Amino acid sequence: MMAPAVVLLLGWMLVPLVLTLWFSFVKFLPMRGDSIAKGLDWVGFENYVRFFSSSSFWPSVQITVLMVGGVLAICIIFGVLFALLLDQPMWGQGIVRILVIAPFFVMPTVSALVWKNMMMDPVNGLFAHLWRFFGAEPVVWLQDASLSSIIFIVSWQWLPFATLILLTAIQSLDSEQLEASEMDGAHPLQRFAYIVLPHMGRAITIVTLIMTIFLLSIFAEIFVTTGGAFGTRTLTFLIFQRVIDSQNIGLGSAGGVYAIILANIIAIFLMRIVGKNLDQ
Amino acid sequence: MGQIELKQVTKSFGNTQVIPPLDLTIHEGEFTVFVGPSGCGKSTLLRLIAGLEDISSGHIEIDGTDATSLVPAKRGLAMVFQSYALYPHMSVRKNIAFPLKMAKMDQAEIDKRVNAAAEVLNLKDYIDRRPGQLSGGQRQRVAIGRAIVREPSAFLFDEPLSNLDAALRVGMRLEISELHKRLKTTMVYVTHDQVEAMTMADKIVVLQAGVIEQIGSPLELYRTPRNVFVAGFIGSPKMNLITGEEAAKYDAHTIGVRPEHIDVVDGEGEWNGTVGVAEHLGSDTFFHIHNTGLGEMLTVRAIGDVSLKHGDKIGLNPRKNEMHRFDAAGLRIA
Ligand SMILES: Nc1ncnc2c1ncn2[C@@H]1O[C@H](COP(=O)(O)OP(=O)(O)O)[C@@H](O)[C@H]1O
Ligand SMILES: [Mg+2]
Repeated sequence: MMAPAVVLLLGWMLVPLVLTLWFSFVKFLPMRGDSIAKGLDWVGFENYVRFFSSSSFWPSVQITVLMVGGVLAICIIFGVLFALLLDQPMWGQGIVRILVIAPFFVMPTVSALVWKNMMMDPVNGLFAHLWRFFGAEPVVWLQDASLSSIIFIVSWQWLPFATLILLTAIQSLDSEQLEASEMDGAHPLQRFAYIVLPHMGRAITIVTLIMTIFLLSIFAEIFVTTGGAFGTRTLTFLIFQRVIDSQNIGLGSAGGVYAIILANIIAIFLMRIVGKNLDQ
Repeated sequence: MGQIELKQVTKSFGNTQVIPPLDLTIHEGEFTVFVGPSGCGKSTLLRLIAGLEDISSGHIEIDGTDATSLVPAKRGLAMVFQSYALYPHMSVRKNIAFPLKMAKMDQAEIDKRVNAAAEVLNLKDYIDRRPGQLSGGQRQRVAIGRAIVREPSAFLFDEPLSNLDAALRVGMRLEISELHKRLKTTMVYVTHDQVEAMTMADKIVVLQAGVIEQIGSPLELYRTPRNVFVAGFIGSPKMNLITGEEAAKYDAHTIGVRPEHIDVVDGEGEWNGTVGVAEHLGSDTFFHIHNTGLGEMLTVRAIGDVSLKHGDKIGLNPRKNEMHRFDAAGLRIA
């Protein structure tokens, strides 16, 4: 009974993977007349060497790490703060919670377009108006602070997810533990540091793991806002440019394999942390 | 030190008053047990003393000074929770040291006190484990350890044994009693189990619906229950409570006789019935007696292993001098 499902799943995963691997070892320039039908020339590791030694490679890895790290830092720090706030009893709790989750339901392309045109536009954007109101020169966000702006936009989308998971973690904390620490003489800040934060450790690692995997492949937000210019070319975006702009499928595929390796290194690293945290 | 005084203390949650005005003095060094049925406000009362709940009106004095508006940490009391409330990510050592660390005590003194507590409570073998790796009884000991290192002026226990199995419960009961004998610190202990109350307490406070029904030593409550509720609550098995004609013979609305104060006689007795279920405990046997014409089933104790069978006729004589009489309001008639 399992066989069809396994075959389907394997095919689903393996076909693109095997194709990528194959393309990464051949010369494949469709605009120059190469095609699978005519047969492709085997070039060994040439694509890998070219992709790796290209002057864009290391900067793109660095930008990827900066972007993922930045978004993670913002989402975890503010996620914890928001979760603490939402955990407080307050008026209209249900509505506030739904509002907080809302950004998560907006498609990445749409949210990037909204931020780009309505908020960050240097002439008509809300921020520009705000800056002018205070007599300041509007900032050309996506040009002068491009990486930070994209980190901000992506964080805005992912913060609800982080907040929600962390909120459920806070709510699962046994109130007697907090009371015990209160009797033991811990101040609110100490209660947070010694009781609440360690309790959330597991949820924080899980959020980090899930988000990292998704954030490594950020694309729409970059495509819509800067198109990879102004120091926002991540590894994913570089591969896209190699395949689509330069029409070099072999080179792009080699980049894809690098990306797979990078993602796996990070995943193994994170899994070990999660494993450690889940052990207790 | 460790005298706790409640003066006209009340507590309401929203519109429902859980504790009507209540006065109570817990003397220094006393082992006081709050006992009562589930939901009668025992935990609430304890939490009011601890400062974990704010009182709605009245005053709390600890060692003669008003503690009504003091935060829990400043009251000098230590609490052991029903769920133990250990910190799961800290080792046993860190758990016990936590209150001392919060008090910014220096490390040498912390180590000294933690080691002393570990010694007293037999925690040494698992001092570096996490709470998750301990059994229920061991966790209970850690929770007590965390309370004693602070050297509080009083300990508060909220049903600390209710999560343990029966055998362990008896053992821990003894350990806590021992601890009290040695430390001589005031202890306030909440339980719904009257056996725990009877075996451990210097002073029992019987509560019902937030009202104190009686305060007294275990034997006072056993010998002279102030009303029908206390009479029925204290003692195991329960006192036989009889109303109606038979009670009227004794000029009372209700009469009560404990199972151990009814003698089994040969032939006809003052009361007669048939034997129902027999509970053989070895040292004692408890018989349920039906068809006595008294309205209620009677429970009778016979010492040793008595050979009465289900359905046998039995004659009973209650001991008149051990009989309790109550009026229509349920109060004891002297
Ligand atoms: N935080 C609270 N909010 C509202 N009602 C409460 C709260 N805590 C306790 N109560 C009510 O107070 C009564 C006494 O509770 P409690 O002190 O826990 O009883 P016990 O410990 O004797 O079983 C119960 O009826 C309970 O429903
Ligand atoms: Mg309770």
